[in-house]
Amino acid sequence: MDMPRHWRLKDQRYNLVGTECLSCGAKQFPPRPVCPDCHSKEVQPLTFSGQGEVYSYSTVFQAPLGYEEFIPYTVALVKLKEGPLVTAQLTDVDNDEVRIGMKIEMVTRKLREYGEDGVIVYGYKFRPIGWY
Amino acid sequence: MRDVSIIGIGQTKVGEHWEKSLRELAVESLQVAMADAGIEEADALYVGNMLGGEFAKQEHLGTLIADFAGLRGAEAFRVEAACCSGAAALRQGYLAVASGLHDIVVVTGVEKMTDALGCITAAGLALAADGDYEASQGLSLVAVHALLMRRYMYEYGAANADFAMFAVNAHRNAVGNPHAMFRQPISRDAFEKARMVADPINLLDSAPVADGAATVVLCPAGRAREFNEQSIRVTASAVATDSVALHDRRDPLFLESAYLSAQRAYRQAGVGPADIDVFELHDAFTIMSALSLEACGFARRGEGFKLAQNGDISLEGPIPICTMGGLKARGNPVGATGVYQVVEVVEQLRGQAGPNQVKGPRLGMAQNIGGSGATAITHILAVPN
Amino acid sequence: MSEDSLLLRPDREVGIVGYGAYVPRYRLPASEVARVWKEGQDALPVEEKAVPGLDEDVATMSIEAARNALKRAGIEPRLIRAVWVGSESHPYAVKPTSTIVAEAIGATPHTQAADWEFACKAGTEAIQAAMGFVGSGMARYALCIGMDSSQGRPGDDLEYTTGAGGAAYVIGPKEQSLAYIEGSYSYVTDTPDFFRRPGQHYPQHGHRFTGEPAYFKHVLTAGQRLMDELGYKAENYTYAVFHQPNAKFPLKAGQALGFSKDQMKAGLLVSVTGNTYAGSSMLGLTNILDQAAPGDRVLLVSFGSGAGSDAFSLVVTDLIEERRKRAPLTQDYIARKKYIDYGLYVRFKKKLEMH
Repeated sequence: MDMPRHWRLKDQRYNLVGTECLSCGAKQFPPRPVCPDCHSKEVQPLTFSGQGEVYSYSTVFQAPLGYEEFIPYTVALVKLKEGPLVTAQLTDVDNDEVRIGMKIEMVTRKLREYGEDGVIVYGYKFRPIGWY
Repeated sequence: MRDVSIIGIGQTKVGEHWEKSLRELAVESLQVAMADAGIEEADALYVGNMLGGEFAKQEHLGTLIADFAGLRGAEAFRVEAACCSGAAALRQGYLAVASGLHDIVVVTGVEKMTDALGCITAAGLALAADGDYEASQGLSLVAVHALLMRRYMYEYGAANADFAMFAVNAHRNAVGNPHAMFRQPISRDAFEKARMVADPINLLDSAPVADGAATVVLCPAGRAREFNEQSIRVTASAVATDSVALHDRRDPLFLESAYLSAQRAYRQAGVGPADIDVFELHDAFTIMSALSLEACGFARRGEGFKLAQNGDISLEGPIPICTMGGLKARGNPVGATGVYQVVEVVEQLRGQAGPNQVKGPRLGMAQNIGGSGATAITHILAVPN
Repeated sequence: MSEDSLLLRPDREVGIVGYGAYVPRYRLPASEVARVWKEGQDALPVEEKAVPGLDEDVATMSIEAARNALKRAGIEPRLIRAVWVGSESHPYAVKPTSTIVAEAIGATPHTQAADWEFACKAGTEAIQAAMGFVGSGMARYALCIGMDSSQGRPGDDLEYTTGAGGAAYVIGPKEQSLAYIEGSYSYVTDTPDFFRRPGQHYPQHGHRFTGEPAYFKHVLTAGQRLMDELGYKAENYTYAVFHQPNAKFPLKAGQALGFSKDQMKAGLLVSVTGNTYAGSSMLGLTNILDQAAPGDRVLLVSFGSGAGSDAFSLVVTDLIEERRKRAPLTQDYIARKKYIDYGLYVRFKKKLEMH
């Protein structure tokens, strides 16, 4: 059921905690021990705002094991406001309404369950803003 | 460093081999290759395989296959680099010979995917992606490539149908390859109407899951004549990496790993794209064909798909690709694919490609890619002077 | 306070520092239930109800409501020293929802966390405990959530009304409150009007037994007793909100306590959300706070089967106008809707037994 692996990721999954490089100012999500741009090890945690836009998207009709109950769902490359790209599902939007450039915000949703008696994995997804 | 030659090749048919196990498939291709090289023994065996542990519950494949192939005692281990495990094993074999450490080295790529079913297969392939940040979000490897394709289409104004000829060309060539999995041609129309898997990638846009094994035998170029009149020189072997996750790429629409790997290979071989007569590229999806052509210098950025539309990629064109069917129609038994690509380049350079023979090729290139562009391994082969 | 007083009120005055609603996007019209089960012919107790999406549950809905409440409260999440979630549909039978919420809002690790249950009053009882927690000086802030994703047996009348949604409240000192709590009161008896045994998927409800001896007995007694203790009558209140299993019960109860339809209108959401169970009266209150003016007095009476009612008397302060703007309004959630049919509803709520 991968409990320890998912548990280790909760700061990232619940709160989009990444890193920023104190040497060159680059920001990374997921977090990195070494800045990929300038190779400095002077990085510190950074919590991203969750605001972003759709960079690319795809509606999935054949899912890998564990995600079949959600088909068809749309995944996206999300360009966070602060710069990095992150891979995530979109939610609270009709699959055929998604467009590149759509402005979105992070919400916390169920990523998957390990069966009816298994652990529930929660994490980030993104939904369109502008609904209120 | 010594020059390295390929003195023997062997391959099984690619398909659904319900009756054959991993080790049986590997040994079958090994025996053909060793007979082709006229050898009974080898110093080392390197096995390329991605999913043996996951699907067949078998790790430790190098040793297992060496034993069952009659090579017990030799140096042997498995090499893994996701979908380019085959080329990685070849890289290992090349280094062993080039370094002077071994003389006769066997490289086998083997994969048995049909032991897993449905979504388990998709989950296995997704192991090539970033587990914590791509696969856990519900992405299959198809979905990762779909994200790539859709952005490419958006930036360059391409439509789904513009990629059709990559698949059509691959299938056309597979008709003439007795080892290919799918030997029927497909039409543009069929491609355009195919059901979506992860849009914009449809069923006819994705290389099929398959079983297969391919083997090459290497030796120092100086000794090649002892074994095979038709030895082929390995004039370049180069590996380059990028981020595993698509979202971590500096430029998601550029296969930096393929570019670097190709550049290193061109430099080593002292050639450029114009010298390449045959290119077995990594056409797991049509978008990868387009991007590979761009990264390796055969097309400008954003124009890779045009080479398919204008026929440049056909057997008769200036840059024939997938000459024996490619991943799309010959099939993609992932860990074995890299070795199949090299076997096919050798067939072309030896003039043994049958109905698919490209006219008088002297230089061939094979490029095997792991994940969505995380690792790229390029080999350039040449007819010796 | 005299020993004879039954009022529940801490020595230090407390109130609501922030509040947040959540209602999921999907709606099942009651007419769809009638179409499938009654050939379209039945009296509909509500217009439609809210249904959670495939990727939602009480934890995810609570997280969003809590984030909204925090936005309004404008406080550092680490200052929250209790995260309490009340529900009848916690995602786990053993493993708290509250720790998931606490982690997601940044309140961990120096916090109390617990899950509460008492049918539909699982959230309001957490507010009462928070009054004591904060009012005693144990903590500056406590977060209380009432949230549900309720289930009705297919073909049962409850299917019309079992909705999803709820609300979160940050309880803190009166000086920082957008509405302070004048006092609270609970009326509780052992009354098995509606219940579910462990391992059972759907509850049993007592039909007419859930009316007079259960809902009305407790709601009316609690509401009246609180008002008596405070020396108020219905006319002292601008708003009144009651637990809403359907549209009829709260109106009848309110009228019995002397309230007019106008006073109850803002708090009555069941017709468009369905019965959100532990979220019910708490969600109604968010709609009231979205429109109330400083000085308005509000009566809230919840009801939980089993049975009991928690009553609260609140007064809105000057801080309301600025704070309410910081997060989506309840009407924003209600207006955000996508209709589904009974088939999709069955899929979303996993009512199909896979043999």
